[in-house]
This record gives sequence, structure tokens and C-alpha cells, in this order.
Amino acid sequence: MNLLGKLTWAAIPWDSPLPLFASAAAALAILGTLGWVVARGHFPYLWKEWLTSVDHKRIGVMYTVLALVMLLRGFTDALMMRSHQAIALHSNGYLPPEHYNQVFSSHGTIMIFFVAMPFMIGLMNFVVPLQLGIRDVAFPTLNSVGFWLTATGALLVNISLGVGEFSRTGWLPYPPLSELAYSPGVGVDYYLWALQISGAGTLLSGINLTTTILKTRAPGMSLLRMPMFCWTSLASNLLIVAAFPVLTATLAMLILDRYLGFHFFTNDHGGNMMMFMNLIWAWGHPEVYILILPAFGIFSEVVSTFSSKPLFGYRSMVMATMVICVLAFMVWLHHFFTMGAGGDVNAFFGIMTTIIAVPTGVKVFNWMFTMYGGRVRFDVPMLWAIGFIVTFVIGGMTGVILAIPPIDFLLHNSLFLVAHFHNVIIGGVLFGAFAGYHYWFPKAFGFRLHSGWGKAAFWFWLIGFYVAFMPLYVLGFFGMTRRMQHYDVPDWQPWLIVASVGAGLIAIGIGCLIVQLVTSIRDRKELRDPTGDPWEGRTLEWAVPSPPPVFNFAVLPEVSGEEAYWAMKHAVRGGPEPSYGAIELPRNSPTGVVCAFFATVMGFALIWHIWWMAIAGLFGAWATFIVFAWRDHSEEIMGADEVRHTDLGARGQPA
Amino acid sequence: MSDEAPAPAAPGVGVEEQSSVGVQVLGYTVGLAMAVILTAVSFYIVHSPLIWTPGIPMGLVVLAIAQMGVHLIFFLHLSTGPDSANTVLALAFGLLITFLVVAGSLFIMANLNANMPPMGQIMAMQR
Repeated sequence: MNLLGKLTWAAIPWDSPLPLFASAAAALAILGTLGWVVARGHFPYLWKEWLTSVDHKRIGVMYTVLALVMLLRGFTDALMMRSHQAIALHSNGYLPPEHYNQVFSSHGTIMIFFVAMPFMIGLMNFVVPLQLGIRDVAFPTLNSVGFWLTATGALLVNISLGVGEFSRTGWLPYPPLSELAYSPGVGVDYYLWALQISGAGTLLSGINLTTTILKTRAPGMSLLRMPMFCWTSLASNLLIVAAFPVLTATLAMLILDRYLGFHFFTNDHGGNMMMFMNLIWAWGHPEVYILILPAFGIFSEVVSTFSSKPLFGYRSMVMATMVICVLAFMVWLHHFFTMGAGGDVNAFFGIMTTIIAVPTGVKVFNWMFTMYGGRVRFDVPMLWAIGFIVTFVIGGMTGVILAIPPIDFLLHNSLFLVAHFHNVIIGGVLFGAFAGYHYWFPKAFGFRLHSGWGKAAFWFWLIGFYVAFMPLYVLGFFGMTRRMQHYDVPDWQPWLIVASVGAGLIAIGIGCLIVQLVTSIRDRKELRDPTGDPWEGRTLEWAVPSPPPVFNFAVLPEVSGEEAYWAMKHAVRGGPEPSYGAIELPRNSPTGVVCAFFATVMGFALIWHIWWMAIAGLFGAWATFIVFAWRDHSEEIMGADEVRHTDLGARGQPA
Repeated sequence: MSDEAPAPAAPGVGVEEQSSVGVQVLGYTVGLAMAVILTAVSFYIVHSPLIWTPGIPMGLVVLAIAQMGVHLIFFLHLSTGPDSANTVLALAFGLLITFLVVAGSLFIMANLNANMPPMGQIMAMQR
């Protein structure tokens, strides 16, 4: 028996310097940071206050940090692809085909699963309990496990850079290409196990947030008094709970094909690869709404706050959100109109797809009517929101074009499609994430982000986006397909060069965001926000000091209408001191991080067929859960005096 | 909570807080027994002459649905009581999504099969 399975020295890419040096640099950076933390004696703090934290605010921040770091990785892939295609006329560019295929696969996988998802889940985790006026989520430790399993997935994808290879199949592993016969290497296995583990994490997080929103709200906070972001989070998490099991089951079937010789999706022995397209998109289409719905919520909060008006058409917005939530499950065939279904099936799904534009249009008009007649303040979050409305409408309309089956037959798998989904994902999800990041950063850390650098970042991103992706629409009409490693049509090259310039502009935008973060941390004294309400907010998260104390609300708020905080701060300010009481807090637990450690071991072992190690990893994760389940004290009591002290301290008043 | 409402009659609702251990164990035991019986019956009828042979798949479907019902009521404590509005709504949402995915998949795959020759035939044509 081979102790190391398929793992040999040949797994390290000695002959290709690019991934070798990149992974070496990344490993050095991680080890260096860890070494610095340990040497400076910060590790106990990091372990006790962050890694084992079950505080939804800290978990939310860690999700966001994971997303920002992974954004750098995914964007590096994007820069490589754009610069490669700009020079790959009649030549092989600088990325060999098998490497280029890994680059576009990892770009898509990372951007969706490890940037967009953690960014949105992070913001939901941080904000939703504060907006609901509660002290914690429904299942704090489960939440921590969910985050760490997501981090495990991200880690496995990045290990593939230095040990072995990544999938070459694109961001969705379509069989038969992803079957053992055509992808014998470990690339697809890295993809499968990274996604199975992080998908389980996402499902746990979805269960947690759904329960939190449905079952634990502040007194008086009925469903129709919830802020819009809570509604869109509810819809998004319902979709996670409904859709992610489909992903898990589909990938499990592919795993059975690859590991145990099953024939779910093979060419022979009765397999049907078209069932994979069907199932993966039955998850994949709800997935895009899982991403965009929280962004819609962020824009609703931002537009209302910075227009100094209540949200226009709150109830129609709730209705539109829930309609999208159900319609999301009725349109998935539009991803494979060309697969061979008949005209009646294509027509049905084409019509359903165009119908989704209706609730989305309702939302766009609601945002515009919210701004109409309001005193609009053009702070950084509002800039992202306005940039979103313009960009997203363009992306939505190209989507309606693609939803018409005859047109889709011309544009399927062309760069027009690539331009469309980047148009809605960057212009919608990412702009939403950045709006939320700028909007809630002062709440999380107690100081604002530098607005000059924020505006610079916004303009570079917006202009860079248009310069990078409008040429791709044109190239799609010229007939250029996606994922081309080289081409021999000279007419395409100028447009690809323009697109790479756009990618460069976006790179400057990312640079501005980094500079902004660094300068804001340096100048945090000047940027401090002592009020806890820097934007004249209207919802409950602004009622607590910034950063919020561990218990969020010293005294649970009584909600008597929509826009709870707006009513509260105009009713009484500086009233009598509230009567503080003791608070039960969930105890921190290393369950999440330890579980994820064993999950990483198990995933890595399964990828390389190291069976003893896989069993050890599974046993370790199970034992961690057992230890957690046998825990006697799950909560600690914070006494009334300490609550009073912490609360007044956080508000900057003498205790 | 515990001093407000009397224990509801439906099996399972609020048992965690309100009922004695004995009542809880009884509920779970009844559930377990029914689940075991339904499982055993479904294994038995596959090879028994009790049911008209072409009706066996339908019989299995009926038993499976009954099994789901037993699980929902005795283990997941679903009832029509006022407290379980959320649970019932969640179940309805789950049924709706399952229906959409299953019916949609059948619609799509049946249509594909009708439009395209079976995979073996395509492979033969390519040879």
C-alpha cells in the first residue's frame, strides 16, 4: 500500500516558474504573517478573540477579509487572461494551453465561491443581527463552523497552485470533459472537494441566517418592519437552503463517477451528461440570485440613507424580492438553450427569464423614486449605488437579449455572454459589496474609510469596467468565443488590447482600495466616528456605538414601526439611563477552526487518494463535533455592572 | 412560555420544554416503530405476491411518502398548531422548490430525449 497515494515530488510544478514562484510567495507571506504574529505575542489574542470567536460581527469581518484576499488572487488570474489574449494573435501568448485553462477555471471558481459568496455572507452576518435588534445569531458556533469550512475550500483551491494542478474544465466541471477519461489528473478533484467542503459551510451559514431572521427578532420587529436588507438576506438564505443541496448532490454524483466508477454522467453505460447541465444549473441559476439579492438590499439601505428619505415602495420591494426568490427556480434552462431541447421548452424558459426582469425593474424604479425629491448626498457608498443602477440596467438588458432563444443560439458561449455576466456580477454584486463595505466599515471599526481614495477607487473601477467589458460585447458580435488560448483573426486584437487596458484601470482601482485601507488605519484618529451614526442612518445598527460592544444592544430595543432607529432618535435623545440587566453570551469555541483543520486534511487526502489520512481527517472532524456536543456550559453571563460599564465605555461616556 | 399554554395535543410540538421525559420517549418510540414497519414493508413487498406486480413501484412511492410523514410529525415535530406556522411555511416552500426542480428536470430531460437519439446511437454514428 502506498502511504502517500498519488502524491509524489512530480506534483510540484518545478518546470513552470509562474505558479511555482506565485505559490512560494503566497506560502512565504502566510508563514511570515503567522511568524510575525507569534513572535510579537499576538497569537493568544488572535486565537481567543478572532479564530475561535462565535461573535457574528467578528465572523462577518473574517468572511469579508477572506473575500478581499481572494479577490486579489482571482483578479491576478483576470489580469493574466486579459494580457495573454491581448498578445495571443497567431501565437501562443505566454501561458501554455494547459496552464491557461487552469487560469480561467480558477478565476471563475474563486470569484464566485470565494469572493462574491463570502463577501455577501460576511456583510449579512455582520449587519442582519444588528438591524434586527438582537444580540446574536440563532446558532453562533454553527456560524463559526460555516465560515471555517468556507476558508478550507479557499485554502484547497490555493494549494492546487503549488501542489498538483487545478481543474481545466471552466468554473463548472461539465462532463464528459470532467470525467476520469478526459481529466485524469487531480485538478477536477481539487475543484470537487473544495466545493463540497465550502458548500457544506455555505449551507450551514444559510440555515443559521434563515433561522435568525425568522425566529429571533427584537420585540415589535414584525416581518414587515424589517429593513430591506434583512428581507433580501432572508430571500437569499432561503435560496441557499433550497439550492445548495442540489449542488452538493450533483457534485457527489460526479465524485462517484470519478472515484468509484459510477456512470451518472459518462458517455457510456447509460450515463447522461446532459443531466449534469440540468442539475448544476438548477443550482447555478438560484446561485446568481443568492449573490445579487443581498446587493439589492445594500443598495436599498444606501439609497434611502443618502437620499435622506424612507425607501420608496417598501412593500412592493418586499414583494419583488420574494417573487425573484421563487422565479429564480424556474429559469435555469436559459443557460443551455442550445443543448437540444425543443422549441416549446426553450420558449417556456425564455419567457420565464424575461418575466424576472419585471420585479427587478420594480426595484430599479423604487431606487430612482427614493432619490427623486430627496436631498442626495454623494458619499462613497452612494457613488457605488448610482454606478450600480446605470451599469446593472445595461447588464440586465443584455440578459433579456440573451434570454430570447433564437438570439442565444448566435451568442451562446461567445464573449457577449462573458461581457453580460461580468456586467451584472461586477456592476451588481461587487459594486454592492463595495457599497456595503464603505457603508458599514465605520460601524465595524469605529472610523470611516478615507473618502478621497474611495472616490478614486470608484471612478477607476467604473471606467475600468466599461473599458474592459464593452469591447467584449463587440467581440461577441464578431463571433469570438470564450476561453480562447489563441486566435487568428486580426480584427479582434485591437478590442482585446482595449479590454486589457480596462483591466489595468481596474487594477489601479484595487490599488486605490488598498491605499485607502492603509491610510484610513493610519489616520484613524482623525476619521474616528464617536457618534455611532456617521451617515444619518435610519435602521437599528446605527443605534449602537461603533464598534458595537460584544452584546450589540445593552437593552433590547422596542420597535414600533418601519425605520426603527429613525423614529427612536427623533423621539428621545439623551433620555434617562436605561436599566441594565445581565446578558447571556455564547462562549467562544474552537470547534469551527479545528473542524476546518480536519476537513482540510480530509479534503487534501481525498484529492490525492491518501485513504488513511482521509479517514483520520474525517474522524478528527467527527470527534471535534462530539467534544462540542458534550460541552456543559455553552453560555457565559455578563453581569449588569459590566454591561453598563462596557456600554457607556463604547459610547464614550464616563462609566 | 412553559407557564402560559397547556401541552398541545399534537405529537411532538414543544415537547422539549413542556413534556416529561416519559412522554417524549413514548413519542419517539412510536415514531421509530412506524418508521421501521414502513421500511420493512417496503422491502417485503418488492418480492412478495401480495401486490399486483406492475403496482409495486406505486406502492413503494406511497410507502415512501408515508415514511416522510412519520419523520415530519414524530421526529421534526410538525403540526398544525399556531406555533408551527413557520415550520409549515418552510415545508410548503421546500415542497414547492422540490416540485419545481423535479418537474422542470423531467420536462427538460424528456424533451431532450424526444429530440435527440439515445447516446449510444450518436456514438455509433460517429464511429
